[in-house]
Amino acid sequence: MVQTWTKRWKFELTRKAYGETLVALGHENPRVVVLDADLSQSTLTKFFAKEFPDRFFEMGIAEQDMVGTAAGLALEGFIPYLSSYAIFITGRAFDQCRQDVDYMNTNVKLAAAHGGISVGKDGPTHQSMEDLACMCACTNMTVLVPADYHETIKAVRWAADYEGPVYFRLGREKVPMVTAENTPFERGKGHIFIDGDDGTIFACGLMLSMAVEAREMLEEEHGLKPRVVNMPFLKPIDEDMIVRCAKENGPIVTAEEHQIYGGFGSIIARVVVENHPVPMRIVGIPNMYLGSGEPYDLLEIAGLTSRNIANKMLEVLK
Amino acid sequence: MATGTANLSTDELNEMARTIRRDVIMQTYAAKSGHPGGPLSAADYITALYFNYARVDPKDPDVEPRDWFIISNGHCSALNYALLARRGFFPPGYLLTFRSTGSGLEGHPNRLKTPGVDISAGSLGHGLSIAHGIALGSRMKKLDQRIYVNLGDGELQEGSCWEAIMAAAHYKSDNILAMVDYNDVQIDGRMHEVMNLRPLDAKFATFGWKVFEGDGHDMDEILRLLDDAHDAMGKGQPVVVLFHTKMMKGVKSYEDDHLWHGKPLATDELCQQALKELGYDETPQQAVESYGDIETARGEYHKLMGWNIPMHRPHPPE
Repeated sequence: MVQTWTKRWKFELTRKAYGETLVALGHENPRVVVLDADLSQSTLTKFFAKEFPDRFFEMGIAEQDMVGTAAGLALEGFIPYLSSYAIFITGRAFDQCRQDVDYMNTNVKLAAAHGGISVGKDGPTHQSMEDLACMCACTNMTVLVPADYHETIKAVRWAADYEGPVYFRLGREKVPMVTAENTPFERGKGHIFIDGDDGTIFACGLMLSMAVEAREMLEEEHGLKPRVVNMPFLKPIDEDMIVRCAKENGPIVTAEEHQIYGGFGSIIARVVVENHPVPMRIVGIPNMYLGSGEPYDLLEIAGLTSRNIANKMLEVLK
Repeated sequence: MATGTANLSTDELNEMARTIRRDVIMQTYAAKSGHPGGPLSAADYITALYFNYARVDPKDPDVEPRDWFIISNGHCSALNYALLARRGFFPPGYLLTFRSTGSGLEGHPNRLKTPGVDISAGSLGHGLSIAHGIALGSRMKKLDQRIYVNLGDGELQEGSCWEAIMAAAHYKSDNILAMVDYNDVQIDGRMHEVMNLRPLDAKFATFGWKVFEGDGHDMDEILRLLDDAHDAMGKGQPVVVLFHTKMMKGVKSYEDDHLWHGKPLATDELCQQALKELGYDETPQQAVESYGDIETARGEYHKLMGWNIPMHRPHPPE
């Protein structure tokens, strides 16, 4: 069974937005440099490499060295964007991310490609389900998961103007272009994507499109109108938005392409419980490895579907 | 004071190294904590390098251009701090706040809290990658800067070091001069018995580095090696000098014993013995007093760092 998204959206790669925006930034800002670890064909830093060969550093299959080297470049005043798959940056190179980037507070942009299980056929060794938990636990890190192509462009550009460590997560597959060029985007702020008062669905990344569909299902089938909030920034999290929604609308469902342990939902739950407890459900990967397969099959097996979000909202609204 | 070197004579360098050894011992005595072994084995060659070769400005640590000085084996922080104090970055009286609550002189160097500390080191195996990033940046900016990195021999067991060694040769980063404190000792015993890395010279050479090797305690030989190493810079290969040293050198009773890697000279007996063998006829109390009023030094340091916080009273002794 393959989940089908409604056909009205165009689909595009977030990593394409990343690769293209890097080139544009490269022209505008001489401080921008890029590093990769033998994955530039997939992360699409190859566009920057072609345009600015003297500012592109191929580090080979050596992610720890890549992160440390980026920290050094940042100390010399450059703005380094580095890429590999999310699992390798935050897994293998976690010590460097934590010590050289976060603790030393260097201006490094960790552009983690292929986040989540929608990586698909490569299987679990390449599917990061834990990266958001790792990065959000880092003190100085700003962590974001842009929803789509448009939001990724904004994220990449914003990172260049922000002084400090940044982690942003991109996917492998084409995802629906849900947001628009003029959709608001601000550090530490969520955005009410569709308003409503029957509970709130918070989503990040590709789950935003599923949250929008869940809302449509609930409206059509039950006359319910949950508010849909896009939260691209996981850290700093928009506490005001969360508390406001809990107070105004009651029950909350969160949706992320990540483990239920320590991720998006877990972060929101802390804010809810401390300020204004309401019934909650966390839609995320339920502590399992998903194997190899079609991306959308894996998402469905893990319960990362519009239908599941809708069902969870019905549960908490009762 | 402008950027430059201190230009000491051989005798002056030997005397400075002796002073620095005393500073290391007194820091660990005051803190009842810390690592004296590595600092004492590296003291001679590092003093020579830092006073006679490194072009720095103690009044303007971040000036550009300057030489970078990275102690990758961060547990040798007492050495790092002693060098900085004696070179004029901050008052030597502050040294006795080493590792105490609220002190800028943390157990492992913190770039954000101590002027003259170039990287926050501590987790072994990171410094060379960061140094390489600085070297690449330096070259892109066409700056006349040398990047000095000190590595422990045990530290070279960390695979991440070899990623950086591989990368620096690949990128022909010939503005890097690495030094290895080759004392063949680590926490669990002799390095070649714990996890053998010999032959180190051959390993560096096959990785593409220019290698020099010699005695790390004879000041004339140290200067000769450093002169040769500097002449070899800028010729398409990074350079390394393997200095043969003895842990705890300068204190004959404790020399070459792996137990001194991380054992502070915490008691009056240990401290006095060490001072005596270094040639200082004083009690630990007299030595402490010779550093002057710590609170005055603390006030000066806080002013230097722009810290507007009330001076922290040290934890009263039991």
